[in-house]
Amino acid sequence: MSSTPERRPNLYALTWRLPIIFWQFIFFVGPVLFMVAMSFFLVKNYRMTEAFEFVNWTRMLTRGFFWDSYWYTVFIASVSTVCAMCIAFPAAFTLAFRASESTRRWAIFLLIIPFFTSYLVRTFSWFVILSESGVVNAMLGYIGLGPYTMLNTNFGTLVGYMTLTLPLVVILQTVTMANIDKTLVEAARNLGCSPLRTIWQVIIPLSKTGLIIAAIFCFILSFGDFVAPFYLGGSQEPTLPILILDTTKSGQQWPRAAVVAIMMMLTLFAIAFTGIALAYRKGRGAK
Amino acid sequence: MKQNRSLNFVLGIYVLLIFAFVFAPIIFSMIFSFNSQRFPTIPLGEFSTEWYAKVLADPDVWEAALNSLIVSCSTALIATFLGFCTAYSDFRYNFRFKGPYLALILLPPTIPLIIMALAMLAWFSKIGMSGQLYSIIIAHSVLTAPFAMAVIRLRLNQMDPDLEAAAWNLGGSEWQTMRHVIVPFCKPAIFSSLFLTAAVSFDEFAVSWFVSGLNKTLPVIVLEIVQGNIDPQVNAIGTFVFLISMTLVVLAQLFFASRQMKSIKL
Repeated sequence: MSSTPERRPNLYALTWRLPIIFWQFIFFVGPVLFMVAMSFFLVKNYRMTEAFEFVNWTRMLTRGFFWDSYWYTVFIASVSTVCAMCIAFPAAFTLAFRASESTRRWAIFLLIIPFFTSYLVRTFSWFVILSESGVVNAMLGYIGLGPYTMLNTNFGTLVGYMTLTLPLVVILQTVTMANIDKTLVEAARNLGCSPLRTIWQVIIPLSKTGLIIAAIFCFILSFGDFVAPFYLGGSQEPTLPILILDTTKSGQQWPRAAVVAIMMMLTLFAIAFTGIALAYRKGRGAK
Repeated sequence: MKQNRSLNFVLGIYVLLIFAFVFAPIIFSMIFSFNSQRFPTIPLGEFSTEWYAKVLADPDVWEAALNSLIVSCSTALIATFLGFCTAYSDFRYNFRFKGPYLALILLPPTIPLIIMALAMLAWFSKIGMSGQLYSIIIAHSVLTAPFAMAVIRLRLNQMDPDLEAAAWNLGGSEWQTMRHVIVPFCKPAIFSSLFLTAAVSFDEFAVSWFVSGLNKTLPVIVLEIVQGNIDPQVNAIGTFVFLISMTLVVLAQLFFASRQMKSIKL
């Protein structure tokens, strides 16, 4: 039967089970493990030689610029996550509670399109729109404001991050809130709970898991994106992805780039695990 | 009640603003691609197909378009095959190490692309597979297989597990059942997965840029053109890229939705 583990899988079972194991071991586990190994290699005369030295780690982790970049990336990705969660919430709330089933479906259908549609070209489009003589400044000019410098600032970077993350965050928040038990929300309102208090004490706790998962995805996407900080933020303060890019593309220092990449992965694992632990923790007095 | 209505109105406007923000870059890019100004702004310049003419006359763009086509089609086939195998294994069997097994396919999208790009570049160089068109295809298959797996797994969720057993009882072998029952049942999801993985592959630039060597795809061309300066050719290429990937995603969603309709009728 399908529910009990089988003793010995037959040829048929293995035909379906093995392809992904082979493929991912060679082309996913292999690269990731090799990258870890590579962080201990040496670069001599622009050639990488296999070794087991800690020099790349000590070089990177004792440098001020690495930690400046590290904390700046953590900071800007956190700001991005808070912004995306807050900006998305009223929209998701509306779609989940005030919109009809079919409107909600249409909204999600439309939001999925940009999520899978060339982020790079969309960022470039913002570059043109936000530039000194671009559309936004031209429109502000009509009402006597500006021009404002929006490119090469944190604001520019955040616009890029929002372009990347907002569709996904709105979708995840909407789906989460649409699935909570509506009678609990009505009960709270009938018992005299104010609308804002209902959101804060009923809706948000009930949709906690989905909201935290949306935030984790938002943080991962912002933390790992090099396009927004590079093109819209001007990379005057390089984020970790830009550091990887520079170290790999111009410096040929793959081992040091690997150190940065591993630090990024460790940070993301730590944040994802903490978030998931929080998401599935039983709330106080849940009984 | 009246207050409620005005609140709903404000919230509705807010949702529209969010959609405007999300779609603004796509729409502006399309408008700018037909605009004669080199530095597009308001008021718009004259209607012009100058940028399209430039793009179409560029052999590099044609080559990149062909590369993109090859890469996304091949990726779609491989990723959908891998996704189907894994989704079926998960649906049908319970086995030891199933958790790690599923993690193996589902983890790649949670790792930032720039890290995957570096890891793939280093590994492909090590095993002598870097700088080829197939390097991009392999890398993209790893990145997109989880989407294929998810789409097909959701479809299998709707299948009555007794359906397979019924086919065996009627004398069908496991292979025949796969061919005549399970694959036809999954067909909409398989198409959906083909379109979705093709779209993701068609738009991916970070990993392509790192592992492609001289075999550039369209997003890589865009990436190189936009290195810090405004070139309206990007809007022309971008409009083309948008149309293709939006079509693919819409098709993916329509096939995905069609399966829901059918299951309701069943």
